[in-house]
Amino acid sequence: MRRRIEYRDLHHALTRMTGAEKHAPSATSTLDALYVLYDRVLDVAPERRDDPDRDRFVLSKGHGPMAYYAVLAARGFFPPEVLDGFGGFDSPLGHHPDRSHVPGVEVSSGSLGHGLPIAVGIALALRAKRQHADVARLDVSRPHEATVAPRSPRVVVMLGDAELDEGSNHEAIAFAARAQLDSLTAIVIDNDSASLGWPGGIATRFEGEGWLARTVDGRDHGALERALVAPPGRPLAVIAKVEPKHG
Amino acid sequence: MDTMRDRFVTLTHAALDRDPKVALVLADISVPAFEPARSRHPDRVINVGIREQLMLGVAGGLAIEGMRPIAHSYAPFLVERAYEQLKVSLGHQGVGAILASVGASYDWSAGGRTHHAPADVALLDALPGWHVQVPGHPDEVPPLFSDALARRESVYLRLSTRQNATPREIVPGRLHVVRRGRRGTVIAVGPMLDPTLAAIEGLDLTVLYATTARPFDAATLREAMPPAPTVLRSFASHDVALVEPTVEGTSSHVVSAALVDRPHRLLALGVPRVELRRYGTPEDHDRAYGLDARGLAERLTRFFR
Repeated sequence: MRRRIEYRDLHHALTRMTGAEKHAPSATSTLDALYVLYDRVLDVAPERRDDPDRDRFVLSKGHGPMAYYAVLAARGFFPPEVLDGFGGFDSPLGHHPDRSHVPGVEVSSGSLGHGLPIAVGIALALRAKRQHADVARLDVSRPHEATVAPRSPRVVVMLGDAELDEGSNHEAIAFAARAQLDSLTAIVIDNDSASLGWPGGIATRFEGEGWLARTVDGRDHGALERALVAPPGRPLAVIAKVEPKHG
Repeated sequence: MDTMRDRFVTLTHAALDRDPKVALVLADISVPAFEPARSRHPDRVINVGIREQLMLGVAGGLAIEGMRPIAHSYAPFLVERAYEQLKVSLGHQGVGAILASVGASYDWSAGGRTHHAPADVALLDALPGWHVQVPGHPDEVPPLFSDALARRESVYLRLSTRQNATPREIVPGRLHVVRRGRRGTVIAVGPMLDPTLAAIEGLDLTVLYATTARPFDAATLREAMPPAPTVLRSFASHDVALVEPTVEGTSSHVVSAALVDRPHRLLALGVPRVELRRYGTPEDHDRAYGLDARGLAERLTRFFR
């Protein structure tokens, strides 16, 4: 696939928001996963924001959205100059993203534990719409509407390991596999920041509910890309391990 | 006779059959009643189990994708259990859903406090943009439901087993003028109309009936209320009483805002903020709260004396 984002540009973009001179990759736990998603995985584009067949990305972990804004700007969803106003009264870019302000943001987030349940709803809506389209396609009385079945869009939601403390996620994890939502992918950025930890690992929480779970190095772009290949018949969880959060 | 819930079930079946954008999200409540719909539309009749946060998150996701979700459960679990989901998963996303509750206030009086939710309307009223419908008779559910379905905003439909003896010719969004009087105005909300009418026998009052609680129909109140008494013109005050099946004062602020330029006294009657810790029948609770015809008559007569 054509490479569409220069990774080094993202650091420049982060600088525009923070004013800091340099950014080690570890400063932003989500940066590499976001880069891989927007560069290699998600079928999205600024000119296709209303395309019903686009993939949907949900940043559930709405905290620290600078990496997200940097990737969206690099991908052309809005001009990089917009980054300069980050957090200002007139800026569309808040400390938590708002879908009504930021092109390319599918879901407004901030308080933890909302993104995955909403993503489940989006995946259910896409399935219902596809079902309706399939019925229309198979309707022999309306042959003029016959078309090729469209590719089913993916719904990818990014969470944090501490965010999994919120019980709402576990309601969604339990439901998603039993509803066989195979368009749904959860990517959990694990920087070991959950106060009480996840004994036995995060992947087991998903596997026990019927997801396919893969645990990978959250800084390894190739490994992330391979891990994000979706299986048929059930949802996918990718646990992206990064350096533990300090302090 | 059909209950409000029966009507809601029938109407929702028809809406699901008619419109592929309509979806129903359940959390184990009323699942058997919707089995025919689920078998016809398995992708749009979604039971998430006993998971109210997920139910409302799913409703948000469906609405973001342009569908018209209906979430349905018992009032305390629909409105109180996952309140932040109403704020964030619906309101903050800029999308709406229909929330249809059963078990209004203390319909299941013997169920105790855990199953009572008299604060439902007040809680929704603290969030921007909600429409709130409080039918007082099963026959009033269809026009309110159609109105809710046609909107994009969030609509709360409060279904109760308490009801008035006869339906009124209501118009969604409007106060219904039951009668006009000279002494003052009483606004009865939903199922409180019959006990209110019984309580004010002999009082010459304008009676307004609200089945849409929000947005409040200030225009009809201002038009229909009688002129203030003119005995001492400089002290003239409009007397307005509010009788609600929900927590005391639920609608006080919207009535006050409607009359900001008219001197007025306001008596707000509703469910007091108490932990009653009693069971029995809904009528027992009416008496305990002073919301039966006798309790209402005492307070309304004193106010309009």
